[in-house]
Amino acid sequence: MAARIQIPREARRGEVIEVRILIQHPMETGYRHDDVGHLIQRNVINVLSCRYNGVEVFRADLSSGISANPYVQFYTVAEASGDLEFTWADDEGQRGSERQAIVVKG
Amino acid sequence: MKRRDFLAGAAALALPGAVLAQVDPLEDPLVRALAGGAPVRKGKVTLVLPQLADNGNSVPIRIAVDSPMTAADHVKSIHLYSERNPVPNMANFYLGPRAGKAEINSRVRLAGSQRVTAVAKLSDGSFWYDAAPIVVTLSACLDES
Repeated sequence: MAARIQIPREARRGEVIEVRILIQHPMETGYRHDDVGHLIQRNVINVLSCRYNGVEVFRADLSSGISANPYVQFYTVAEASGDLEFTWADDEGQRGSERQAIVVKG
Repeated sequence: MKRRDFLAGAAALALPGAVLAQVDPLEDPLVRALAGGAPVRKGKVTLVLPQLADNGNSVPIRIAVDSPMTAADHVKSIHLYSERNPVPNMANFYLGPRAGKAEINSRVRLAGSQRVTAVAKLSDGSFWYDAAPIVVTLSACLDES
């Protein structure tokens, strides 16, 4: 599961930064049928979390009410240089993770 | 009766009806269960949705909560509810003082025209909500698209 994360490369200490994540995922609702009429099993990303240098700063429970290729934008305070690590899991038990580095000055 | 008067009258009759047809978000059993008996007040939360969505499969949504986001006073979580989706609790977002700003942007699926409610739980244990109506031309979730 590929994901695209957008955070600033650099920030001042204490600055509120915008974090955007877009994960490639069908977010299958479980209400659709395939060509031969069989119900397609639900498969949505049900949990997404973001850790900043190991500390959880954001978590979301998602459902079939979130669009395919879920996009979430939130904010966090730039405290120290390091990594923002995103992890998520879907109903089939597939897990994904992605990390992005940030340099904090001052 | 002039045509213009008739149309104005029809519009006046139609609007209050549409408002009455909606359920009070506070009567929603899910919202009641979340608050656990605590009052859920209107305010602090701003829910922004387009007035009309051509396609319910991807509707941009913005939820902002008026909060200083300090260790003593911050938003703990934001909960999104839909009136007509098969899964009414669309998403829960958990924040903390590290967020700096209580605002979430995302895209939701909506099964038809309805009212969407966002409830925020604050660190002092109080609950606040905002609701926004939306007209959805093409529903998501249940149709075979």
